[in-house]
Amino acid sequence: MSKRHTGLAALGACLLACSIGLSAEPIGDPAQGQAAAAICASCHQADGSGMNIPGAESWPRLAGLDASYLAKQIRDFKSGQRSSPTMQAFAQMLSDEQIPHVAAWFASLPAPSLPSAEAHAPALLERGRQLATEGDWDNYLVPCSSCHGPDNLGAGAVFPAIAGQHPAYIRDQLLNWQKGSRQNDPQQLMATVAARMSADDIQAVAAWLSTQPGATEQKPE
Amino acid sequence: MLDFRLPAPRLRHALLAVLASLLAGQVSLAQAELSEESARILASMAPGAPAPIAGELVHIPPTLEDLEASSLHPELKRVIRRGHDIFTNTQQYRGKYVYNELNCDSCHLGAGRVPFSGPVWPAAVTLPDYRPKNDHVNNLEERIAGCFSYSMNGQPPAYGSDEMLALSNYIQWLARGVPMYPDAKLYGRGYPRLAYAAEQPDYQRGEQVYQNQCAVCHGNDGAGLATRGETVFPPLWGDGSYNWGAGISRVFTLASFVKHNMPLGQPNTLSDQQAWDVAYYVDAQERPQDPRYTGDVEQTRERYGDTFHKHSLYGLEVQGRRLGDHDNVGEKDFLKPEALRSRSFD
Ligand code: HEC
Ligand code: HEC
Ligand code: HEC
Ligand code: HEC
Repeated sequence: MSKRHTGLAALGACLLACSIGLSAEPIGDPAQGQAAAAICASCHQADGSGMNIPGAESWPRLAGLDASYLAKQIRDFKSGQRSSPTMQAFAQMLSDEQIPHVAAWFASLPAPSLPSAEAHAPALLERGRQLATEGDWDNYLVPCSSCHGPDNLGAGAVFPAIAGQHPAYIRDQLLNWQKGSRQNDPQQLMATVAARMSADDIQAVAAWLSTQPGATEQKPE
Repeated sequence: MLDFRLPAPRLRHALLAVLASLLAGQVSLAQAELSEESARILASMAPGAPAPIAGELVHIPPTLEDLEASSLHPELKRVIRRGHDIFTNTQQYRGKYVYNELNCDSCHLGAGRVPFSGPVWPAAVTLPDYRPKNDHVNNLEERIAGCFSYSMNGQPPAYGSDEMLALSNYIQWLARGVPMYPDAKLYGRGYPRLAYAAEQPDYQRGEQVYQNQCAVCHGNDGAGLATRGETVFPPLWGDGSYNWGAGISRVFTLASFVKHNMPLGQPNTLSDQQAWDVAYYVDAQERPQDPRYTGDVEQTRERYGDTFHKHSLYGLEVQGRRLGDHDNVGEKDFLKPEALRSRSFD
């Protein structure tokens, strides 16, 4: 499997598109990733829950995200494909071998229930819910869930869970796409969506998604 | 001038019949240019799509918020919402009316409101009408029954049933304010035919487009992606997709759908050549049998050739195999729903 992966990587642009059905990622072993993950805890926390830091760089929740998605992000930080001075330094501490294991470790942790720190206006949350689950087709904003999956809890290896993520992190990523400082999405699928969002839309959807359960088990019956 | 003519809560939902309609009979219709607001909404609703041309009737269908804000009877609102719910979550009838993984809005994006995505409101103002596909005059319920039987590879709810009424009610409400049997051409209706590209559609080039632009969602095998028991990306071929009798199995219809709607979120980004090529590639894959199958694929292709299959690859040999030469009807256990029958009005 790892051989096939190398072959695909050579195809560059084709990597993501072609790899989806093939499980291109080497399967990581959480147990082997746990030790290396210790250096990540100062920011992402030992339980992978991260932290919302509205005035500065937030630390995303990693717990329960898809392992292949996480591994891809770490590789992208390492290569500079996804730019973050903070993360590049830490990604470079990991060998190519360690990456899938560390990713598998965080993926294996249960999604935390986020403290709903901020109180949001009902109208803001309602707009956020609409964008996340129904879209706003008059502005050609397709629902987030049509890519990020049912309840925005992720779909396959390419579309990560965004429900139950920290609001400041979601906001910053959407702004990064708008500015062009995050460009590692396949086929610019996410960039096109972000480009159509207003500042209010970003605020609203980030707020609403952060109030949603980060895992199916947490859904109220 | 529209404000008083149209009971719309906001101008944008007005429909603006457009431009210099010196055509007799149309003069009484608003001859205004599109209002600035309507033009803006249209541009953001159909990014990259062709702009309306003189003489076309432009209609921006109402949204569910407009429904809430309207003075319609609460019970009527409830039934319209029910129709919207069936349209966008048709999977609730899996195994009853629907035998594949699609919803109505898998092909009619944005709950059937979006131009160039087969918006459904035109059906409400142009039917009953003659359809070559079944060679008789059809009403709205029969049109809906068609999409259930072919696109959903299923069978329609009974004519006059709650489900049928709710769906037709939703579709009719979307057409609010549009005159019946309009003479003008309806802007953005259906999946308008693309100009032929320089090169004949080609399987290999189509496969390339597919791998680069589509497989990330629809999968290398065209089976789409389901997660936690729900379909996220619908299948483009195979048992979970539409059958060989579906309108979108015609290469020109699929090419136009793809050009104007795919990749998701990036309409009108492929070249016409890429759209034709990828449509050819997708149409060259297998799918459930055409409900009109006679038991013989060549005979079926022949019988429905003029009105339909001359535009599809059904019954042809592509990449060394004859398409549609099988008895596989997908998940269902019947070939043709009983509701599909001819009428003679004799
Ligand atoms: C000094 C704080 C810090 C440390 C330590 C740190 N990170 Fe990060 N991490 C961040 C920040 C900040 C981001 C968001 C970067 C951005 O804005 O793009 C991030 C993002 C990530 C992401 C992307 C998450 C997503 O949802 O896309 C992954 C994966 C990740 N870090 C893994 C790690 C791993 C593994 C380690 C340990 C080897 C680690 N991080 C150590 C601060 C840190
Ligand atoms: C057309 C598909 C598509 C749609 C629709 C879409 N996204 Fe995304 N999104 C993606 C992809 C693909 C990625 C992963 C990018 C990568 O691999 O780096 C992503 C990533 C993200 C991320 C980064 C997650 C992380 O952990 O770093 C956020 C935040 C996000 N999307 C928010 C949204 C919101 C909010 C919406 C709705 C307004 C939305 N997305 C709609 C495709 C989509
Ligand atoms: C697999 C794709 C697909 C699905 C799914 C689908 N349709 Fe269609 N539908 C089409 C095509 C193709 C046309 C014909 C458009 C054209 O003529 O260009 C059409 C046309 C229509 C029309 C007529 C529009 C007009 O301009 O007169 C109505 C109404 C309609 N569909 C309703 C539905 C309903 C209700 C459902 C769900 C039960 C549904 N469709 C599901 C592909 C689909
Ligand atoms: C980002 C994910 C994504 C990409 C990339 C994408 N699609 Fe789709 N496609 C969808 C979704 C989601 C739907 C259903 C529409 C909806 O739910 O709004 C769909 C619907 C369709 C349909 C009609 C339904 C069906 O199952 O037949 C066809 C045909 C189709 N896509 C073809 C393509 C082609 C061809 C490409 C490449 C040019 C492509 N798609 C790229 C997500 C995608």
